[in-house]
Amino acid sequence: MQELINRAKELLADGTVARVLGWKAGDLPYNPEPAYFETAEALEDFVYNGFCGANLSKYMIEASKMEGKTMVCLKPCDTYSFMQLIKEHRVDREKAYIAGVGCKGKLDIEKIRARGIRGIESIEGAELTDDAETLKIQTIYGEKSLAYADGMLERCHVCKGKEHVIFDEQIGESKETKDAERFGEVERIESLSPEEKFSYFQSELGKCIRCNACRNVCPACSCRKCVFDSNKFDSSQKANVDSFEEKMFHIIRAFHVAGRCTDCGECSRVCPQGIPLHLFNRKFIKDIDELYGEYQAGADIDSKAPLTDYTFEDAEPSIVGKRG
Amino acid sequence: MQRIGVFVCHCGSNIAATVDVSKVAEMALMEPGVAHAEDYQYMCSEAGQAKIAAAIQEKGLTGIVVCSCSPRMHEATFRKAAERAGLNPYMVEIANIREHCSWIHKDMEEATKKAVILMRAAVAKVNLNTPLQAGESRVTKRALVIGGGIAGIQTALDIADAGYEVDIVEKTPSIGGRMSQLDKTFPTLDCSACILTPKMVEASAHEKITIYTYSEVEKVSGFVGDFTVDIRRKARSVDMNKCTGCGVCQEKCPSKKAPSEFNRGLNTRSAIYTPFAQAIPNVPVIDREACIKFRTGKCGVCSKVCQAGAIDYEQKDEIITEKYGAIVVATGFDTIKLDRYDEYAYSQSKDVITSLELERVMNAAGPTHGHLERLSDGKAPKEIVFIQCVGSRCADDRGKPYCSKICCMYTAKHAMLIRDKYPDVNVTVFYIDVRTPGKNFDEFYRRAVEQYGVNYIKGQVGKVIPKPDGKLLVQGSDLLDNRQILKEADMVVLATAIEPNPDVRKIATMLTASIDTNNFLTEAHAKLRPVESPTAGIFLSGVCQGPKDIPETVAQAGAAAVKAIGLLAKDKLMTNPCTAHSDELLCNGCSSCENVCPYGAITYEDKEVNDHGIRETRRIAVVNNALCQGCGACTVACPSGAMDLQGFSNRQIIAEVDAICR
Amino acid sequence: MPLEKKEFKPKIVAFCCNWCSYAGADLAGSSRLTYPADVKIIRVPCSCRVNPMFILRAFEKGADGVIMCGCHPGDCHYSTGNYYARRRMTLLFSMLDYIGVESGRTRVEWVSAAEGVKFSETMNSFVEKIYSLGENVRLGDLRCKN
Repeated sequence: MQELINRAKELLADGTVARVLGWKAGDLPYNPEPAYFETAEALEDFVYNGFCGANLSKYMIEASKMEGKTMVCLKPCDTYSFMQLIKEHRVDREKAYIAGVGCKGKLDIEKIRARGIRGIESIEGAELTDDAETLKIQTIYGEKSLAYADGMLERCHVCKGKEHVIFDEQIGESKETKDAERFGEVERIESLSPEEKFSYFQSELGKCIRCNACRNVCPACSCRKCVFDSNKFDSSQKANVDSFEEKMFHIIRAFHVAGRCTDCGECSRVCPQGIPLHLFNRKFIKDIDELYGEYQAGADIDSKAPLTDYTFEDAEPSIVGKRG
Repeated sequence: MQRIGVFVCHCGSNIAATVDVSKVAEMALMEPGVAHAEDYQYMCSEAGQAKIAAAIQEKGLTGIVVCSCSPRMHEATFRKAAERAGLNPYMVEIANIREHCSWIHKDMEEATKKAVILMRAAVAKVNLNTPLQAGESRVTKRALVIGGGIAGIQTALDIADAGYEVDIVEKTPSIGGRMSQLDKTFPTLDCSACILTPKMVEASAHEKITIYTYSEVEKVSGFVGDFTVDIRRKARSVDMNKCTGCGVCQEKCPSKKAPSEFNRGLNTRSAIYTPFAQAIPNVPVIDREACIKFRTGKCGVCSKVCQAGAIDYEQKDEIITEKYGAIVVATGFDTIKLDRYDEYAYSQSKDVITSLELERVMNAAGPTHGHLERLSDGKAPKEIVFIQCVGSRCADDRGKPYCSKICCMYTAKHAMLIRDKYPDVNVTVFYIDVRTPGKNFDEFYRRAVEQYGVNYIKGQVGKVIPKPDGKLLVQGSDLLDNRQILKEADMVVLATAIEPNPDVRKIATMLTASIDTNNFLTEAHAKLRPVESPTAGIFLSGVCQGPKDIPETVAQAGAAAVKAIGLLAKDKLMTNPCTAHSDELLCNGCSSCENVCPYGAITYEDKEVNDHGIRETRRIAVVNNALCQGCGACTVACPSGAMDLQGFSNRQIIAEVDAICR
Repeated sequence: MPLEKKEFKPKIVAFCCNWCSYAGADLAGSSRLTYPADVKIIRVPCSCRVNPMFILRAFEKGADGVIMCGCHPGDCHYSTGNYYARRRMTLLFSMLDYIGVESGRTRVEWVSAAEGVKFSETMNSFVEKIYSLGENVRLGDLRCKN
């Protein structure tokens, strides 16, 4: 982290960048938040630790409109989102100085809490280097420990890889964290009966409070104005009018980002209700991979997105019923 | 709020026998926005239309729903009637209660219920209709023809004869194209040059035709009726105005080692050259890569011998910008490269040649002055094997999946000509199928077999092996006799597949004309609009659209000309108002819509917007209403709902859905 | 006291492209080839105009089945529209299946202007399927149902 701060100070000092986009410590040990830093003094609050899961690429939409360049800290998976935003002309590559920061897997406070670890005062092992195998957690009930991997975000267990697809320089080391099958959970749901599928999603989506956190954090949901906020489809309601609307919202949201979603997992990370929203996006990704050839959004700048492309021999929609 | 009039047609008994029409009219009055409803026997009749006009005027109607037959039948009728009564024609919607209701249902109650629902959906839609205006765009009365082969020449002549200016852009130094390389043509065995060169002369002498040879299309902008095209005239190094075409420069040029493109590289030409003797224009070009003057700075022989002082080593490429109303693509074809068909020993033996090369060999102006001889040793061949379908109808990715269409006929022609001129030469043809659909074609093929004794074998050749003694060993199979064949030959001729000119991809991109996986340009409709590109104002002539022979090419060239003339004859184009429209405040500039538009109607502009007080420059989609055909692909690709389709807007369709599901 | 059981009359929305399928439906009509009145057709210029939002909206408002018809692949009036529509609908239907909506409630059929018979047969079989699946209780506002 110190290396990152030093480099940020240098780039601010020599005028290469006008500001740094990173994370600053929050009021609790596990909630650092995205922040801009414009001076060397301000960088004293800069942190980069195991809880810096936030994908900063979307902030670059606004930062692209600011004077001067912004040094943006992007983890390997975040760079896919950034590339996709370049492809969609939403960010200005020239306005970004991309520090490709290393990643050894990011932590999920909800997972730690789910282990019965409550009343957290401090966490050792996630602060600076994230390369600890074990987290030592001081709680008001005494010290607890947890394997680092057991506290990781779901997305890190199915990591796309630790290569930055775009960067100006790389800072810090990464460690492979993939230890699970990306589509495992999607396949499990697919194998259920219609009744079971429906009751699973009904119970999950029933929790949705339409807070729009998923939409606001999603780098693919970068519309200036969401269709659910405009009158273009007579669909502008803030609260759910009926029980179908949360389904409508999440299906359409997933459909709109299909072929553009990099599977960064931010939607699930920020959902205050703990809905596994990534399972919608990942279903589309799985279908696209199986039906139209493997496609990773944000991996490159030139490829045609699956939904703006076709082949003469594409599968017919009836395949849905046939696959069972 | 709209004031909507609902008019329910009995259609005699066609509707009224199964639908309670007065009930539908009565129910209509309960719908929001409906100010008037009535039913009548024949709404489409004069009297019916008069009722609509009267109601528009008396009740001040702002929208009309006609519950009647299919909109495909009478939508235009009712729109015109409304327009005559002073209402915007796009304020009319049809509820199809005949084809979609009365004709398919028996039960009156059920049919009436359905008719009411269809009426409600139409009323819900009209409530959201807005008056639409058909736009106008001007037509530049000049056509561009890309490619100066027989297709391009014929199209240009036909357009020019109709009285319009035409420019031909040809990449090579002369017009004439592939046909100028052919010796004889099937099925009449006319000399190709004898029928082509008069056309070339006619085109060059035509006062309405301007020919740009040694030129290429560099940039195309604009749209139907109003294209702007940049044409690059490559430096000829010879002044077109001064040159008299005497040919002395070509004779005296000391650099004579450049392969002749015209003779398919079978012999060489000078660095300053015209491709062939009858070239039009008869003005040579200097091949700067072969020219000693350009390579070393020393020489200048051509300049010294030129009496007219036409040689200009300093000449530079020139860009001409011209406006056109219509563009015809006539870029033609080439034979495929044979580097993936090594089994036929094309690269190993000079005596394995393509059919197009054989044309040059048989031609009096060709490398052998028309004598049939082996290119390796100049000896007269005694045994010639023709192999059909080399790269055509190919299942794997080495060749082309399609039939090249002309090979069966030209091979029969070659075989016949050889047997006619050299009766002692044996000719064998290996074929998969012999395809001769065309006027007098099968008769022609049968003459080759029956009168000229050409030996046709159904089967493919696996391998051609050059032997040390210079002969070629052909290994094939005879499928009818089910036996392997080993045959010694002096020459092997490959009926090589044809493919669209490789440049066509670049041109199609410039024109936003769609192209298929084989690089053939796509028609607007395979059956009903075969000479038009889906992109308005672009027409297709000749093999660029698909394999065809000369008569078909000429026929299609004429058809393309007629379509272009039909466009040029108009002073103004009325544009379909049911086009897409982008809401600039909602547009993200993501390009999704642009990527799915089949017409290239969407472009992006950096535009200053005022979004509720925020002034900024944004990248925004702009729809060209002259190009947009109103399919709506963009509206679904657009995630934010910025792109919408007039006449079929998102809210209109949602209103219909709601009305039906109510 | 239990609510009175109403006879099930499904609501079925059919989106038909103007150039092929709508004309196919017209031909079915002029050929007097019947299909149940439960089907209501909405005319769109092309199958690529059909937004997933329309389909979900139909279900939300109580449709029991939604079918989309377009020109056969390769025959689209706008050359490529139905290719895009095919991908969109495949993915959407797969998603609906994934959340537990029976795949039989959604269908895509390619019907040309000459296929009145196919149009009628398609609608008959689709309606039959919807009857066998019964009322759509998984989508739509459950409070409006009884």
